[in-house]
Amino acid sequence: MLILECPYCGVHAEETELQAGGEAHLKRFGPGSSDEAFHDYLFLRENPRGVHLERWRHVNGCGKWFHAARCTQTLEVFGTYRAQTSAPPQDIRDKITAKRPGWTWREFEG
Amino acid sequence: MKRYSAFAVAREGLRYHSGWDRAWRAAAPKRHYDVIIVGAGGHGLATAYYLGKNFGITNVAVIEKGWLGGGNTGRNTTIIRSNYLQDPSAAIYEKARSLYEGLSQDFNYNVMFSPRGVIMLAQTEHEVRGYKRTAHANALQGVATEWIEPARVKELVPIINLDGPRYPVLGGLWQERGGTARHDAVAWGYARACSDMGMDIIQQCEVTGVRTENGRVIGVETTKGAIDCDKLGMVVAGNCSVLSQMAGFRLPVESVALQALVSEPIKPCMDVVVMANTVHGYMSQSDKGEMVIGGGTDGYNNYTQRGSFHHIEETVRALVETFPMVSRLKMLRQWGGIVDVTGDRSPLISKTPVQNCFVNAGWGTGGFKAIPGSGWAMAELMATGHSPLAEAFSMTRFKEGRFIDESVAAGVAH
Repeated sequence: MLILECPYCGVHAEETELQAGGEAHLKRFGPGSSDEAFHDYLFLRENPRGVHLERWRHVNGCGKWFHAARCTQTLEVFGTYRAQTSAPPQDIRDKITAKRPGWTWREFEG
Repeated sequence: MKRYSAFAVAREGLRYHSGWDRAWRAAAPKRHYDVIIVGAGGHGLATAYYLGKNFGITNVAVIEKGWLGGGNTGRNTTIIRSNYLQDPSAAIYEKARSLYEGLSQDFNYNVMFSPRGVIMLAQTEHEVRGYKRTAHANALQGVATEWIEPARVKELVPIINLDGPRYPVLGGLWQERGGTARHDAVAWGYARACSDMGMDIIQQCEVTGVRTENGRVIGVETTKGAIDCDKLGMVVAGNCSVLSQMAGFRLPVESVALQALVSEPIKPCMDVVVMANTVHGYMSQSDKGEMVIGGGTDGYNNYTQRGSFHHIEETVRALVETFPMVSRLKMLRQWGGIVDVTGDRSPLISKTPVQNCFVNAGWGTGGFKAIPGSGWAMAELMATGHSPLAEAFSMTRFKEGRFIDESVAAGVAH
């Protein structure tokens, strides 16, 4: 069972308390953007076998959205961090790098 | 290849079964093939089979990183039906269902197709309306289904509890010609037939790279060396994003875990397949007597072929209300597979941005039933560049707004 620490209330929540929210750090494209960018924003999601950054909501708890860095191949959790950011913070990147040297995810890398 | 028959069984019985051949040859890769199919699951093998059978293309290799039929083909709950709302879905699933009927004769290999009938239970007012609509749509599509009232459901499934407090049974969508087949045998039958046509099935050979030249595919790198090809078909379900990345394009899918479980074997008690989409549960009884139960998908990306226990718990909890007798059953095995889910819950059978590279993916939670139809359409697309059955399932449909929205029409269990 997946257990994530909520960065707001500090609870170690197991997944029945959480709701998965998909890819993290999405850049939104709307009116005025190219068809290509709009299509990619709507339909293409990162689907890596390995390091993944994603959004979660502590739905049966404090109710807040947060981010998690996780490995989809081993279900290992590298860490969680607050939602008010458009990139993974350095300490999370370091934690991933410690376990997965040379990792990349979208435009981010260790 | 020696044909299987009652006579052959008798003959071999007299000589201690020493004369059987291997069902398919263990092949080492050649330098070059006309077509390489990546993924020796049901869809991949079916593609190869119909390339040979319908188009005479037999210089084909099917490459598999694990063992044949060891992915989702060997992990599903073997349900076969074609009662879909949208026309393109009904067409391809009905093609598949009708091919299943003759598959054992086609192969000379018993796939144990059992058209025992499939009921999709309506347990909310919305489902009642939805399934009545589907029944009308199916009538127009030429798919034989009917709406049945609760009394008829009880007649077909005596062990069902019609008036549970949470999930009452208000009727159902009944497809008499739906049913089950033995999943392994489907993969093995296709493999045996492909091998007989001279195709190479190469197991334990992982693709590590896709080689392209001027936007055109020229071969693959594998753990058994480089292999050249004129055309490449990617048919790898949950790992399709990883493979497409090697070729330099992205697919509109996400990979999640889907689970199933079986009980200890019991005496025959239910001779149809029952699906309850409201509660994400479906159940049938295997020929061995096990109750085969399928559940819902996890909500997060996963490649581990195991899912979250609470989904099993939710499925079983709901089924206990609808089938009170299962509360006393012990469960024998539980497992997961990685399914590739698209935004509209419909598959991709498509050309790709790389020339001569084709993709067959996105079957999500409902691929087994489609295997023959999917292979038929994919083979046609790869051989001729155009397939009427596959046309609507192009990966460009998202850009063009032509969704085949089964996520709304078929609900979740699919």
